[in-house]
Amino acid sequence: MKRVIALLMENQPGALSRVVGLFSQRGYNIETLVVAPTTDPTLSRLTMSTEGDEKVVEQITKQLNKLIDVVMVSDLSDSQHIEKELMLVKFTEDSFPKETFEESSIVSNSDGVINVQVVGTSLELDELITTLDSSKPIEIVRSGVLGISSNKDILSIEN
Amino acid sequence: MDNAKKSGAEALIHSLHLEGVELMFGYPGGAALHIYDAIFNQNYVDHILVRHEQGAVHAADGYARATGKPGVALVTSGPGATNAITGLATAYMDSTPIVVISGQVKSGLIGTDSFQETDMIGVSRPIVKHSFLVQKAEEIPEIIKKAFHIATTGRPGPVVIDIPKDFTDPDYKFDYSYPEEIKMRSYNPPIKGDPKRISEAADLIESAQRPVIYSGGGVIQNDASAELTEFAKLLNFPVTNTLMGLGAFPGSDPQFMGMLGMHGTYQANMAMHNADLIIAIGARFDDRITNDPKQFALGAKKIHIDVDAASVSKIIHADVPIVGSAKDCISSLIQELKSRDLKLNTEAISAWNKQVDDWREEHGLNHSLLELGPKDGKILPQQVVQSLYKETEGQAFITSDVGQHQMFAAQYYHFDKPRQWINSGGLGTMGFGLPSAMGVQLAYPESTVACVTGEGSIQMCIQELSTCLQYGLPIKIINLNNAALGMVKQWQDMQYGGRHSSSTYENSLPDFIALAESYGHVGIKVSKFEDLEAAMKECVSLKNKLVFLDVDVDPNEHVYPMLEAGNAMDYMWLAKDKKTW
Repeated sequence: MKRVIALLMENQPGALSRVVGLFSQRGYNIETLVVAPTTDPTLSRLTMSTEGDEKVVEQITKQLNKLIDVVMVSDLSDSQHIEKELMLVKFTEDSFPKETFEESSIVSNSDGVINVQVVGTSLELDELITTLDSSKPIEIVRSGVLGISSNKDILSIEN
Repeated sequence: MDNAKKSGAEALIHSLHLEGVELMFGYPGGAALHIYDAIFNQNYVDHILVRHEQGAVHAADGYARATGKPGVALVTSGPGATNAITGLATAYMDSTPIVVISGQVKSGLIGTDSFQETDMIGVSRPIVKHSFLVQKAEEIPEIIKKAFHIATTGRPGPVVIDIPKDFTDPDYKFDYSYPEEIKMRSYNPPIKGDPKRISEAADLIESAQRPVIYSGGGVIQNDASAELTEFAKLLNFPVTNTLMGLGAFPGSDPQFMGMLGMHGTYQANMAMHNADLIIAIGARFDDRITNDPKQFALGAKKIHIDVDAASVSKIIHADVPIVGSAKDCISSLIQELKSRDLKLNTEAISAWNKQVDDWREEHGLNHSLLELGPKDGKILPQQVVQSLYKETEGQAFITSDVGQHQMFAAQYYHFDKPRQWINSGGLGTMGFGLPSAMGVQLAYPESTVACVTGEGSIQMCIQELSTCLQYGLPIKIINLNNAALGMVKQWQDMQYGGRHSSSTYENSLPDFIALAESYGHVGIKVSKFEDLEAAMKECVSLKNKLVFLDVDVDPNEHVYPMLEAGNAMDYMWLAKDKKTW
């Protein structure tokens, strides 16, 4: 089962390698991984999606919590949440499927090359990629999943 | 003095002093030389020069295990740091509080493949509780404070502090002060167990008919042996300890079933398998305990007390998980039980204790093997341990290496006190015994410290005999010499048709007596059973000398019981020709 885990960690050198290292060390899978600083410059927020049954995910969150640099961990999949991914797709002008994309999704158009951006759930992006097969995109890049809970729960050290 | 300007190196040593560090183990080298100069210029912290960095870390580890205080090792960059890795992994697997300080190349050289550069933080990352790469000299005091806090609290573990050489430069001084306390927003180890869970545990205890108390190294680490003993005595439940937990409950107490697991006693393994309640305290259902987890104690409810939430329900589902310190949780549980006027199934429990006694009677270990004399003219390794027990009156600190001798020591020396038995249980590090004994002996100069080892393991850190001479450490090395890598050979006998692939030395063993003597120590050779007890007596009585007692033991002896892999805990080999199924 796919899970989305979000965590806050100290914005320090080495913190990320501890998180990533934990996954390889304990044989867990990372499907996607996104890291960025937060509005609090001492903290980074990391979102990862992973596959595993409940027991594995419980171990993952416990092991993450044990890391000294990790301040908070939340398994977003435990409750209602929103997952979004950004995808950039590159086409040559002549194979660009105009009917598939809104004008506003085009982020560059020059030298016979068009780049579009799409935001959606991982599933939506997967489906879109399948439909694009015939138009032969020359490059596809995905950001990995970002997640946030849909209710009042927030991942913050302030509450 | 405390607030005077100091260099990073001076600040480091002074901070260690304020943490209560009296001695450290180490080996100098380029990147650590500023630190070594600062050590030279002070009198607070003694430095013990080892002969290999692995020895330094094991010695610090042995010191920590025997005293409960954090052990400290200091190494240089590059090979100094990588040589410390086995020691770190050993401490990590057994959760012992040590702080390893490694010199690093100058900060500007990091990443350039400079001389003796190793990414110590990267190399050690999976085997430390935490690590710090110092970014500027001024950080050193706070990092030391954090390092000791992290190493010693919660589930203890090793912490590495990697210090680039320029941050210990004697020419750069800063206003030094040592923080009185430290708070870390991301590190708050639990102490108190959830009262609701404690109450649920008490319910299970009251209804239990075939209970077992199974305790591990966590009880010793947390100094909770008194509480464990009170708890066990209050309930009159049989007790078993893991390899790491021996001594937490008095080994010579009739309520004690002996060690459990791979080479646990028949009664301990049978009791676990047939229990209806297992109370696990500071133990982690390691694969050397459970055998096949899917077949493990299927009829038992499990209460699991552990300070590490990640250990609970990791291997075996806990019906009642209690996350907190062993000391605190056991005390709360005792209090809860007493507040209920304790209604136990006394009848069922005395029948259960009788069953345990019957198992012990049936296939328990024979603790009077000395009385049987030699077996086919040979000395049994178990007899050597029994002789050691007798001559030291059960009071010695025993360190061990890894292999058959380790199991014989664990099985046959009754450890009545916590911290008396010091071995590498988790990582299984050959070479641990002698250097860890140095740490113990330095902590307790007046006590008898014996290293029970084998001719394989002892050669992995034999160079420390020189350290023992330099510092006058009168360790008793009890070498169970079977002229083979005994445990490897046992497995080859049992599972590989007796093909002894690379487990014997073809007459290449050194003359250990001459070797010990060349290091200025005493060597005593025993080949005949008749000489064993007198030699042991002499060995133990030479209070001021390191004695290398080299005993030729029966090379064909196996360690039993032994769990049959892939089965439940009641599948045991009891002898070469006897098994339980």
